[in-house]
Amino acid sequence: MQTRKKYIFLTFLASWLLLFFFGGDQLRRFGFFSKRKAEARRNWPRWTDRSLLKSFADPEELQSDGDPSLPSPRAQRAARLSVYKNSRCRMETCFDFSRCEKHGFKVFTYPRERDQPLSESYGKILASIERSRYYTPNPEEACLFILSIDTLDRDHLSGQYVRNVDEKIRSFPLWNGGRNHLIFNLYSGTWPNYTEDLGFDIGQAILAKASFYTKSFRPGFDISIPLFSKDHPQRGGERGWLYQDSIPPKKKYLLVFKGKRYLTGIGSGTRNALHHIHNGKDIVSLTTCKHGKDWEKHKDVRCDKDNVDYEKFDYQELLHNSTFCIVPRGRRLGSFRFLEALQAACIPVLLSDGWELPFAEAIDWGKAAVVGNERLLLQIPSAVRCIHPERVLAFQQQTQFLWDAYFSSVDKIVHTTLEIVKDRLLPHRSRSRFLWNTLPGGLLALPDFSTHLGDFPFYYLQHGSGPSEKFTAFIRAVSLACSLSQPILRLIQAVSESQYCAQILVLWSCEKPPPPSRKWPQTAVPLTIIQGRRKLSDRFFPYTAIQTDAVLSLDEHTSLSTSEVDFAFVVWRSFPERIVGFPTRSHFWDAEQRRWGYTSKWTNELSIVLTAAAFYHRYPAGEGPAGWGARPHPAPPPRSLPRYYHSLFTEYLPAGLRELVDGLAACEDILMNVLVAAVTKLPPIKVTQRKQHKETVPQQ
Amino acid sequence: IMCASAKYNTRGPALIPRMKTKHRIYYITLFSIVLLGLIATGMFQFWPHSIESSSDWTVEKRSVHDVPVVKLPADSPIPERGDLSCRMHTCFDVYRCGFNPKNKIKVYIYSLKKYVDEYGMSVSNTISREYNELLTAISDSEFYTDDVNRACLFVPSIDVLNQNALRIKETAQALAQLSRWDRGTNHLLFNMLPGGPPDYNTALDVPRDRALLAGGGFSTWTYRQGYDVSIPVYSPLSGEVDLPERGPGPRRYFILSSQMALHPEYRSELEALQVENGESVLILDKCTNLSDGVPAVRKRCHKNQVFDYPQVLQESTFCVVLRGARLGQAVLSDVLQAGCVPVIIADSYILPFSEVLDWKRASVVIPEEKMPEMYSILQSVPQRQIEEMQRQARWFWEAYFRSMKAIALATLQIINDRIYPYAAISYEEWNDPPAVKWSSVSNPLFLPLIPPQSQGFTAIVLTYDRVESLFRVITEVSKVPSLSKLLVVWNNQNKNPPEDSLWPKIRVPLKVVRTAENKLSNRFFPYDEIETEAVLAIDDDIIMLTSDELQFGYEVWREFPDRLVGYPGRLHLWDHEMNKWKYESEWTNEVSMVLTGAAFYHKYFNYLYTYKMPGDIKNWVDAHMNCEDIAMNFLVANVTGKSVIKVTPRKKFKCPECTAIDGLSLDQTHMVERSECINKFASVFGTMPLKVVEHRADPVLYKDDFPEKLKSFPNIGSL
Repeated sequence: MQTRKKYIFLTFLASWLLLFFFGGDQLRRFGFFSKRKAEARRNWPRWTDRSLLKSFADPEELQSDGDPSLPSPRAQRAARLSVYKNSRCRMETCFDFSRCEKHGFKVFTYPRERDQPLSESYGKILASIERSRYYTPNPEEACLFILSIDTLDRDHLSGQYVRNVDEKIRSFPLWNGGRNHLIFNLYSGTWPNYTEDLGFDIGQAILAKASFYTKSFRPGFDISIPLFSKDHPQRGGERGWLYQDSIPPKKKYLLVFKGKRYLTGIGSGTRNALHHIHNGKDIVSLTTCKHGKDWEKHKDVRCDKDNVDYEKFDYQELLHNSTFCIVPRGRRLGSFRFLEALQAACIPVLLSDGWELPFAEAIDWGKAAVVGNERLLLQIPSAVRCIHPERVLAFQQQTQFLWDAYFSSVDKIVHTTLEIVKDRLLPHRSRSRFLWNTLPGGLLALPDFSTHLGDFPFYYLQHGSGPSEKFTAFIRAVSLACSLSQPILRLIQAVSESQYCAQILVLWSCEKPPPPSRKWPQTAVPLTIIQGRRKLSDRFFPYTAIQTDAVLSLDEHTSLSTSEVDFAFVVWRSFPERIVGFPTRSHFWDAEQRRWGYTSKWTNELSIVLTAAAFYHRYPAGEGPAGWGARPHPAPPPRSLPRYYHSLFTEYLPAGLRELVDGLAACEDILMNVLVAAVTKLPPIKVTQRKQHKETVPQQ
Repeated sequence: IMCASAKYNTRGPALIPRMKTKHRIYYITLFSIVLLGLIATGMFQFWPHSIESSSDWTVEKRSVHDVPVVKLPADSPIPERGDLSCRMHTCFDVYRCGFNPKNKIKVYIYSLKKYVDEYGMSVSNTISREYNELLTAISDSEFYTDDVNRACLFVPSIDVLNQNALRIKETAQALAQLSRWDRGTNHLLFNMLPGGPPDYNTALDVPRDRALLAGGGFSTWTYRQGYDVSIPVYSPLSGEVDLPERGPGPRRYFILSSQMALHPEYRSELEALQVENGESVLILDKCTNLSDGVPAVRKRCHKNQVFDYPQVLQESTFCVVLRGARLGQAVLSDVLQAGCVPVIIADSYILPFSEVLDWKRASVVIPEEKMPEMYSILQSVPQRQIEEMQRQARWFWEAYFRSMKAIALATLQIINDRIYPYAAISYEEWNDPPAVKWSSVSNPLFLPLIPPQSQGFTAIVLTYDRVESLFRVITEVSKVPSLSKLLVVWNNQNKNPPEDSLWPKIRVPLKVVRTAENKLSNRFFPYDEIETEAVLAIDDDIIMLTSDELQFGYEVWREFPDRLVGYPGRLHLWDHEMNKWKYESEWTNEVSMVLTGAAFYHKYFNYLYTYKMPGDIKNWVDAHMNCEDIAMNFLVANVTGKSVIKVTPRKKFKCPECTAIDGLSLDQTHMVERSECINKFASVFGTMPLKVVEHRADPVLYKDDFPEKLKSFPNIGSL
């Protein structure tokens, strides 16, 4: 008995010792000693005389922070201008804002020289700019200049390397030390260091470059763009690959990588380590040594086995079936892989330390990618495993939104670059980060119209608000007789009796002047006549007289009852970003003629709502200070309210399309439907059974 | 799961050896163990695991003047100047932070010392009130650790908030002799007033090598983006003055300038604005003829008129914040506190916490050159936006400016987010004021996707024992073209489901899931068997829905995948007499719910129902065996902010055979119970999330005079 007690005692002691040595650390953390530890935790002392301590600065000193001996602000600005040049450029020191004041944000591209080689990608970039609404062929008007010399590939070993750029640039009379120039670049430096060197002096030009390294990035001045291939589409662009929101977001693989492993040189550190996380199950990380001519010279023990494994998996298959994709640095910081993963809704896990992410000035990458740390590669698997399914789902959706909004075509990449520069010109009329990172994105939320979230039809839910409770009826009168016909009088009567109607506008597009006001019916709501030109696209001009969020667009022949109007408006309030209307049409693919067709026949489906009777949202302040600086400080303009789609129609659509509509004197409603669908990615809404908007049934 | 919480075995070995040994050996062993134990304990006590001797900390009641004095020899090393190229991946040692399940960095604070030079002259004030508050806040936060070996970030107790209050070289020497200094790696310095005459540098002049700097008044040339943190200049006035938040509405002055000691050039530009625009612009300056005893910092004057500061800030819409000798101005904090929209005129200034705060929503930034245009620029801001900016400004102050604690914790959180980016705080959490957080919704299915028709839907039938009716439902539902799988949830534990051979033969896979308990929530469990996005929840007695009706419901759901799409609609009403919500199933013009006896919805909502249902609703529903459909309607409306979609004219689920159910629906007690559910859920959600709509969805050619056989959905069923 005695012995046994002793043994127990001995064992107890031994276990105590064991615990102490091996488990002590964890135990101390998890509760065992926590009570005692909490008491002993050595916090910052509560000094007995802490209330007697002096403040870090005298209140007087804080409130009046001036020094009379300092030079005047103007002199200081001038001093900064001369000090902060070239590698220390900022907008306020290296950009001539005055060039943009008179004509607004206009972009000039240098005329192309015939013998000048031009890569496919740079050709696309120039084409994008020349087709944009900011393009000007006149250098006098220009705010921003784009070189015609192809500067995309500055690897002097490359076939597309253009020589003697320095000399050429200096011969341009417009160059002016690079001021107000924007230079695009995809590849800089060469083997073995791949430095940021472009091989010519960019001076004070803004650099829009792929694979930007933070150290050489001039914040608020340069722009990081994504690396894109020469096959990247000019416009439109493929959609993302996410077709469904699965929960849990299970795909075959959790994390994948398939790519080259550099045996030596810059970037090899990360790529050499990638194989460590491969588990052959849900994490597939495959590398090959095969690249370049003399890879076998540097080959190590892993190479042969790796090369065999490498062939077993298909890159596209991995991309389609994985939740996360590792996007490590290559020789340079950025890679094609980044956009590929983004499109595939494979959440990019970035392992590229010091990479200034594409458009990071606007895009919040924390919502769409996992920014990893090259040094902590081995933690990546556990880190991504711990991301909650809801967050993964949000990440996936955000990749698709970003891809579609800013990256899917060269046009989008170039426009995003231009818009970022434009936003800097007028900081008080620029997009907030919210606008850039929320559907439908910065290219469609034009700050010229409004920077107020409540003015757009998209943000009501996130903003916790709703559309206004009234609408404006907008009737377009074009009748050849140029007089007040019965239908229009009946229409005005019906609409004005709607409880939701705030005002009625009549756009009088007639040769003759409108009838005097006594001939118009007496209505309970204000009736305004606007004298219009005979252009069809006028219908969607952002008239400042429209004071409500909702616009009810009508033709003079339209016939609607008051309750039809009321009902349609109530429905529109549920779907404020869409067109809600009565008669509909549809489009179809004509396989024989290999083109799109339009039909007004009775169909089971619809894709177009006629704007002869439809509700839609106006879009922000048409008449704001859009032509900035054009007015030399007049009395402030009357606060005009915005009309979303009206403004988008006038400002965003290429001028050519509007001219086409005006020329054809038709299809303005189809164009409007196309525009709204392109913005919302959603179909319109048809209300009631009405098939015709006119009273008399015309021929089908 | 591995990441949720690591499991640790806290049980020691429990083996008891059953063997006999000689006593002598026993005593020797015992003796040596006790000796070892003593040595180990001793080592633990006296091992220099923290260089700071613990005696500094244990005495609770102590004065700042009692702290140990450290003499700095004149030749003690000075750190290198700050390295402008430092970034997290070059100058920061992430290995110190490691991977931890809580994704929180650990911050260590050096103990307080008083530093003197060779001649005994002190290097700086030991510690200021604000720095003491800041360190106290860190020490009380969950970032804090007292174990220097486990720390990821080190905060010296050397107070460098105000560069004017210290001796630069000696302070640098003091930093360099910190026990873990190591070129300043992972050290964080807080500084609010950098620079000094004549050049007023925009970053702390104290050589600090690789240390991170949380600085007030960075310019774009000194701020190391992604490494330093830009912080506000704290205004001690905030603590003294109580300015309650002022609601929206007109304010007396349009533009106000309240700064003292402005450069005469700025002042004349402001005065030009005042001349042009009259009384709506107010320019204040220091009072010259105040009687004694009135603190000058609390008064401002315009000519001979005296104004209370900071109260006057609340009287104006926009408040100018101009650069002084430095870029960071304490007035910014006062302005935000007053809910006045700051107009920031300080080129190249990095705004406080600009890494995470969206200043465009709370301020107007105007280039210095454009100062003369200020009035017209500000006039162009719409009134609704001004009100939002005012609210936003006040929120920034409350959350990030109000106290040294707020400043300290925001700074640490920013650094924490860089180290654990996958657990970072989102834009919305940083920027949305509580009112917006409360009233806004962020739809988890925000991407406008129209799911491909080919995916089809999974029908889930919850059943107990009505096998005959169940089989009919299965047969009917299997006729719907887009059905891709049928899942029967067998909720009866006392009875086995029928044998395989007895089940109807259908063209799609049929799976039977047996549940452990007869609970209503089983119908909304996110079973792995559900492979489609679309789920059709259907009761085992719903045999009246036609195949066209169901297929049409699915098509409508595809267009509205984030909503509940169902057939009979129901409404909630406010009962003014009883002062509570009431459930309504009569003919109404409006609907706010659909019955889940047959409804399409996204599988995601099953996941939410099972794991994220607020409060005790899930258990409450299981206990009451009722209202699971109302709970689902609440959940979806709450998370998406959108209404349900009712399809087709159907009013009731009526079948000739199952009268019992219908009788129950009409039962008065049933209605009372349903009303109770609505009230219960509304109180748990804290709001009424349901949205009322007045429309429903019908096929495009519904009831049109058109050949039935050409219609996609000719047989849409009855009421």
